[in-house]
Amino acid sequence: MKKLREFIIEKTIFLSGIASILFVLLIFLFLLLNGLSLFKTVNFKDFLLGENWSPVCEPPSFGILPLILGSLFVTLTAAIISIPIGIGSAIYIAEVAPLKIKEFLKAMVETLAAIPSIVLGFIGMVTLVPWIKRIFNLPTGLTALSGAILLSFMALPTIISITEDALYAVPKAYKEAAFAIGATHWQAIHRVILPAAYPGIFAAVMLGMGRVIGETMAVMMVTGNAPLIPKSLLVPVRTLTATIAAEMGETVAGSEHYFSLFAIGIILFIISFIINITAEFFLHRE
Amino acid sequence: MVEKKVEVKNLNVWFGQTHSLKDINLDIYDNEVLTIIGPANSGKTTFLRMLNRLNELQENFRFSGEIIFDHKNFFDFSVQELRKKIGMVFALPVPLPLTVFDNVAYGPKLHGIRDRGKLKEIVERSLRLAYLWEEVKDRLNASAFLLSGGQQQRLCIARTLACEPEIILFDEPCSGLDPVSTAKIEEAMQELKKDYTLVLVTNNVKQAARVGDRTAFFLSGELIEIERTDRLFTAPKDNRTEGYISGRFG
Repeated sequence: MKKLREFIIEKTIFLSGIASILFVLLIFLFLLLNGLSLFKTVNFKDFLLGENWSPVCEPPSFGILPLILGSLFVTLTAAIISIPIGIGSAIYIAEVAPLKIKEFLKAMVETLAAIPSIVLGFIGMVTLVPWIKRIFNLPTGLTALSGAILLSFMALPTIISITEDALYAVPKAYKEAAFAIGATHWQAIHRVILPAAYPGIFAAVMLGMGRVIGETMAVMMVTGNAPLIPKSLLVPVRTLTATIAAEMGETVAGSEHYFSLFAIGIILFIISFIINITAEFFLHRE
Repeated sequence: MVEKKVEVKNLNVWFGQTHSLKDINLDIYDNEVLTIIGPANSGKTTFLRMLNRLNELQENFRFSGEIIFDHKNFFDFSVQELRKKIGMVFALPVPLPLTVFDNVAYGPKLHGIRDRGKLKEIVERSLRLAYLWEEVKDRLNASAFLLSGGQQQRLCIARTLACEPEIILFDEPCSGLDPVSTAKIEEAMQELKKDYTLVLVTNNVKQAARVGDRTAFFLSGELIEIERTDRLFTAPKDNRTEGYISGRFG
């Protein structure tokens, strides 16, 4: 009886353990089957590097270069905004802030992480977008920059909390050793603690970027969604994710258009996968 | 009369409710090796960390009393200046995540030396003083983590020396090392005492007897006895000292 119970529990845990692997494989398979159907009729190079995305025109064109560039523009700009703020904030929380402020800030960062992205997108739409329009004197505030600013808010909690963990993981002895030969607090942080925490910080940035590139709703609400090759940050862009979200509802299952959205899914999947693998690699290097 | 380098007067230290050092009065002379012995929790490391002002990193630290360093109030020096003059070598070797060269050059760089040639000179001199130069001269650009434990500890000594301190504090520097490495570090200390004042906290009573000019015995936060090492070990005045050095407790 006891043995049977052990057996059942063991197998249940085993199944739960491999469930996630199974799901990932199934999802990837599904994506692959649908996405690859596109390439029966469309050249892969025309898909990846084509400059024109107009899937419902006659004849249709499935170039996703504008979408890739849109995602890239928004993501990189979000990175430029969120990395320094995130790392700076983590250093403040982990190294400088007195205990009470530290607790308060950590709670706030968690709250920021808990805001649903649609709410953030909505707030961005009614505040950030008019603000950008006014400041830069643009015909529309729905721009790559708006999306990037909003996305940087979403990347911040990830970057801050993982960087913070990386900083805490630096042995206290390093800090004392630096202090013991007369380093100031900042010198110890800059020359010893940050280099020692570097792999963790890098992983934090990568995971933050993974969050950004996969984000859909908020970015769809504030970037204007024009599938054009962006020439600056102050024009509307469309991201890979927003394209799928916006068009999936109005396409016919089994059509070329339908398959092309799955193909975009594959591209996104590969990008996220690479980002996560890189992050994992740096987190577990030692 | 030998010059007094440091005078500690009525020093009391608390961490929260714990009274860790009780009314310590003690002088440290120029160019001597003062060894401090005592069982665990006797306050010897706290005393040492007091001299490098590392206790202040702990939040619930309080102290009272006076310390005179070079005839001036200890706390009139800036923390960085003081830590430069009074260097510290820790119990476990703590190489920084840098190359061998940069570990040693770290201190001088902090204190404003930028010239590459000058840095090279300091690094070589410090490594020679720490008896490490011959072993690492061909791999100065390797990571410090690739050195053996004993080499790492001598690297830490070199790093401290590179700041040109006046006093070097050793906190049980050989506790994690094998006898051969220990011998090398003791040899380095014998050489160093010609130019520096050394304070050595050790759990190893025999080491204190080998290295120290004077020895202080701490117990439960009190200074029980301080005496010339040969006298303390042959004719201790306090029977608690005798009990400890003869291995009856501690």
